[in-house]
Amino acid sequence: MLDQLPAIIIAVPLIAAAVCAIIRNETICWLIALVVAFVSFVGSATMLGQVQQYGEDISYKLGGWAPPAGIEYKVDLLAGYVLVLVSLIATAVLIYGRQSVKVEIKKSMQGWYYTMYLLCMCGLLGIVITGDAFNAFVFMEISSLSMYTLIALGKDRRAVAAAYQYLILGTIGATMYVIGVGLLFTLTGTLNLADLAVRLGPMLDTPAAIAGMAFIIVGLSLKIALFPLHLWLPNAYAFAPSAVTAFLAATATKVSIYLLMRYLYTVFGFGFAIEQTPIPEVVMVLSLLAIFAGSFTAIFQENVKRMLAYSSVAQIGYITLGIALANATGLTGSLVHIFNHAVMKGALFMLVGGIAMQIGTVRLSDMAGAGKAMPLTMFGFVLGGFSMLGVPGTVGFVSKWYLAMGALENGWWWVVALLMLSSLLVLVYMGRVIEVAFFRERPADAVPLKEAPKSMIMTAWVFILACVYLGFDTSFTVGVAEQAVNVLLGGAQ
Amino acid sequence: MRGHLILRVVSKILIPFLLLFALYVQFHGDFGPGGGFQAGVIVAAAFVLYALIFGLRATQKIISPALLEVAVPLGVLIYAGVGVYTWLMGGNFLDYNMIDSHDPSHGQHLGVLLVEAGVLLTVSSTMLLIFYTFAGRGR
Repeated sequence: MLDQLPAIIIAVPLIAAAVCAIIRNETICWLIALVVAFVSFVGSATMLGQVQQYGEDISYKLGGWAPPAGIEYKVDLLAGYVLVLVSLIATAVLIYGRQSVKVEIKKSMQGWYYTMYLLCMCGLLGIVITGDAFNAFVFMEISSLSMYTLIALGKDRRAVAAAYQYLILGTIGATMYVIGVGLLFTLTGTLNLADLAVRLGPMLDTPAAIAGMAFIIVGLSLKIALFPLHLWLPNAYAFAPSAVTAFLAATATKVSIYLLMRYLYTVFGFGFAIEQTPIPEVVMVLSLLAIFAGSFTAIFQENVKRMLAYSSVAQIGYITLGIALANATGLTGSLVHIFNHAVMKGALFMLVGGIAMQIGTVRLSDMAGAGKAMPLTMFGFVLGGFSMLGVPGTVGFVSKWYLAMGALENGWWWVVALLMLSSLLVLVYMGRVIEVAFFRERPADAVPLKEAPKSMIMTAWVFILACVYLGFDTSFTVGVAEQAVNVLLGGAQ
Repeated sequence: MRGHLILRVVSKILIPFLLLFALYVQFHGDFGPGGGFQAGVIVAAAFVLYALIFGLRATQKIISPALLEVAVPLGVLIYAGVGVYTWLMGGNFLDYNMIDSHDPSHGQHLGVLLVEAGVLLTVSSTMLLIFYTFAGRGR
């Protein structure tokens, strides 16, 4: 049973998705999805525990075919860490989202929503667990196609346009990725990532390998929404149903970042991709641009969901900055921030989902006086904002600390200065929301407000409290991240 | 297309052969190029031809959109069901060797056959459903 776990966490969501598509009853589908997501979470956590305990990677031969010819599912510390993150968020958003889905999505579509949700989760987990370059593409398509559908389910008509925009750009990204994989396959004759790394070694400086690397990195950057390839993200996050936004913001881009790390550090290798190409410099400049452009644009957003979406562009910049720093501390910061950002942005989007449900819009001006009427929601928002800001005692501080230390190790003190400066921008845009919610009176003619349903508030608050808890007790995030960095850097040294 | 006698008669003759050819492609997948995906597209093409000549309503009387919406996930379930069966027999997911305990090659044969049947069902019904959706617009 235990040795089948890698296949279980992928196959069970897939089967459940098909079952949901046949049943299409909201209550039953929700229950199935919840149970399956929880099973995936327990499975992922068990595998991570096993890897930690025995210090040995889990390898699973799909269909009984041995790698490198067959498809291999591989769980090491890094994969286990991301698997736990994705399945945890998926479970939490299911608990959170039921009430919001009932309001925001047409009744006839609710069964399909859970089908697509499960498919999306299956795809995201698949990208992480597979050790096969082409299989990763297949899972990328599964997750992306279901994501487009999920976004298009938003009740605002612009959701369809946003989904279409994402469809076009996402497809370009996936196509570039598969072109790159094709080039590498022609060169080496293998698709297994570990095998690819070995065989590619002597051929890395051939034009074909470099072209393949460029295609893969640009394609993945589109999926990551790395500045300036982030144009699909703000609209997709702003117009998707609230639960979908919370799920996507916390998982989708993170999984692509994981894949990028794998390619940079394992397949192309530290010695080549980081030391002999200008990739770190390019990624660093783009990350800093993402941080500033994203935060700066966020300040001027009237739609709070859009504001948080631009803030996501900036936060992705922090994560890729850690990749560009290319030392153990910076990478740890990057990995920790993958988890931390998922927790805090997930929480913020959950709270905004509650606001959207009660007020009916997410316009900043409509939120005047919400602090008094929805104290739990808005107080959570303040704490989440502190975390985004990087106040000590919250998760945001932990990851920024590691990033800053990583930058100092490289002697890039000016990066540290820029990191500080960027926090001020966060203060401005989060401050705007807090100012409007707490210090403005609610207009007399506005509809009276009350708190969002308990299930939504409670899930969001669990995440908010996690922001604080993980800010003090970093043994899980930093502990696993530090070990996972050894996996990434260990292959190179 | 009421007036186009030749089109009506020719397509009526063609459709059984199209379906037969689809089955040929389907089963040829065991030995060479072919398989569920290609066969599924040919099956869907046969129905699309019927719809073009005899109208969407007549086609939907034969296969209703509601039936297709069940057929799409059903194909996936057939595929995944084979995997679940190999689990129950104590093997890895989709390890066809486990299907026949006496002769692994028989297991491989049967496994691919079933999986491809699932692919045929899903691909053909998805294709047809896409056609229905576009052709039904504006009604």
